[in-house]
Amino acid sequence: MRKPLYGLMAEFETPEQLVRAAEAAHHEGYRKMDAYSPLPIEELHHAMHIPDSPLPKFVLAGGIAGMIGGFGLLYWIAAITYPLNVGGRPYNSWPAFIPITFETTVLLAGLTTLVTLVFLCGFPMPYHPVFNVPRFKHASRDRFFLCIEAEDTKFDLQRTKEFLRTLHAHEVAEVEI
Amino acid sequence: MEKVEKGTLTAQAGPDPMLAPGHSYATVTDKIAAVPLEVGWPKFWIVGFTIAFSILMMLLATITYLVLKGIGIWGVNVPVGWGFDIINFVWWIGIGHAGTLISAILLLLKQQWRMSISRFAEAMTLFAVACAFLYPALHTGRPWVAYWLLPYPNTMSMWPQPRSPLLWDVFAVSTYATISLVFWYVGLIPDLASMRDKAKAKFAQVAYGLLALGWRGSARHWNHYEIASLVLAGMSTPLVLSVHTVVSFDFAVGLIPGWHTTIFPPYFVAGAIYSGFAMVLTLAIPLRAWYKMQDFITMKHIDNMCKVMLATGLIVAYGYFMEAFMSWYSGNLWEQFMFKNRTTGPYGWAYWFLILFNIMVPQVLWLKKARANVALVFILSLVINIGMWLERFVIIVTSLHRDFLPSSWGMYYPTKYDWSMFIGTMGLFLTLLFLFVRLLPAISIFEVRTLIPRAEKGGSH
Repeated sequence: MRKPLYGLMAEFETPEQLVRAAEAAHHEGYRKMDAYSPLPIEELHHAMHIPDSPLPKFVLAGGIAGMIGGFGLLYWIAAITYPLNVGGRPYNSWPAFIPITFETTVLLAGLTTLVTLVFLCGFPMPYHPVFNVPRFKHASRDRFFLCIEAEDTKFDLQRTKEFLRTLHAHEVAEVEI
Repeated sequence: MEKVEKGTLTAQAGPDPMLAPGHSYATVTDKIAAVPLEVGWPKFWIVGFTIAFSILMMLLATITYLVLKGIGIWGVNVPVGWGFDIINFVWWIGIGHAGTLISAILLLLKQQWRMSISRFAEAMTLFAVACAFLYPALHTGRPWVAYWLLPYPNTMSMWPQPRSPLLWDVFAVSTYATISLVFWYVGLIPDLASMRDKAKAKFAQVAYGLLALGWRGSARHWNHYEIASLVLAGMSTPLVLSVHTVVSFDFAVGLIPGWHTTIFPPYFVAGAIYSGFAMVLTLAIPLRAWYKMQDFITMKHIDNMCKVMLATGLIVAYGYFMEAFMSWYSGNLWEQFMFKNRTTGPYGWAYWFLILFNIMVPQVLWLKKARANVALVFILSLVINIGMWLERFVIIVTSLHRDFLPSSWGMYYPTKYDWSMFIGTMGLFLTLLFLFVRLLPAISIFEVRTLIPRAEKGGSH
């Protein structure tokens, strides 16, 4: 009995070939697929119709939390729990709180960026089926890969393989789970 | 016929490219990854690391003695209560600023030449901040309770003073260190994956693999990744400007003549970038020669860095001039005395050396020939490092040693422990740097890949 397949992986030599292949695959109706490249390729996002990353929204929320939290902390220290009367000046001396409020804003927004990035990518993920393809180690060096996943409704081992061959793929490999 | 596609990143052609011609994705990866993976333990690394590590041991011995005896072993005393500890703190923090400038501000400005130098400039930032951090922590005299600087509920029912620039500094420096580390690590993830895939030893595969988190270069991940880099750069840009601004507030908010000026924040930030670029050059020039990285750190990079130094050096010169002008124009007796004392007093020699090193000598960089002479640029970078250290010495010591009343005048002499601690932090800095180039790719591999011209050979659709 054959092992279940994760998908079919086509290898390309240049970013342009990969972009064209991804475009063609999307045009053909394939949706559950992913492209792998050693460098970011902006055109690929358009070719695969990848939606804009929601990351900035999380970062904005983190930054606002840091801003409110930071200012709130200072207000609470200076005006509520530990008020010091310095020559009758107001306890809520807000201009003096701005530098720290700025720093806590950046701190929380920055940490949120890291956490959100790791979360959105599903990291840490030490195992993934694509690593089973021996040639895939070139995806972090000099080669470009397009993997059409078996879960896709249009996926058919023979037909998808032939389709990938028409795209001038250097090699088409079966990806085992 | 090669036609470069519109909208893609391409290396600049011409006599001074940012990447030597003839490279492909594979050669770039192999050559940069070979430094930690294949070059191994070259002689210069062993000799350099041994020296750096010995100096680091001197630092540890000094710190041990310091903790045992207290900060009385330093030369600080009334009236100069801030000596080497603050001078070196500001010096190290300033050096760190170039790393963030290169990685964040130049990223926002789409300056491609930043790509090959950003990684180790950021590492330099982290290590410089580590050195800087030692000083205020030890200057508290009780470093084991340095966490008292942070606001947290405690049994003493006491809170730090949020109106004090010294507390602003705590937040600015700790945020800066944290965000720099995050930025650096995020930048490393795709390269760690390359290292994982190239490593042959099991231990290296597992170690790089764990750090790479399972990066596989997925287009969906790159989509998140690119926006994350951009967001981090967008945040680091005001952050780096805020850090030296807050450092300058430590002085400017005080009432001491020579400190109490509004020009301090921009002038400190420019000085920080000036000294930081000098340090990047001090490190990059030997590294590119030893590891034969001239293909990646080209003369174009050195030329650009020299120009940034020239520009920031002129801003610093403007700062010096304004200080002199304002002391006269303000009509303030103490400011005028401060300036006279700074230029002709007992520390006058330090002021004139600072003018020589920071303003006069670097003007050589106007000449294209000078910028093309690597040995000369290296010497200039050292001169500027010393000059910027003297600037902090002059600002701190000359303002403090002449108090308002002549009865409280005094002199500041650093002790041998001041020196062993200062030189020791250089040992810490260089030790970390040697370990970094040995263990991690010192040049961002995936960013250099984007410098390779993407030639489109007659698309067919």
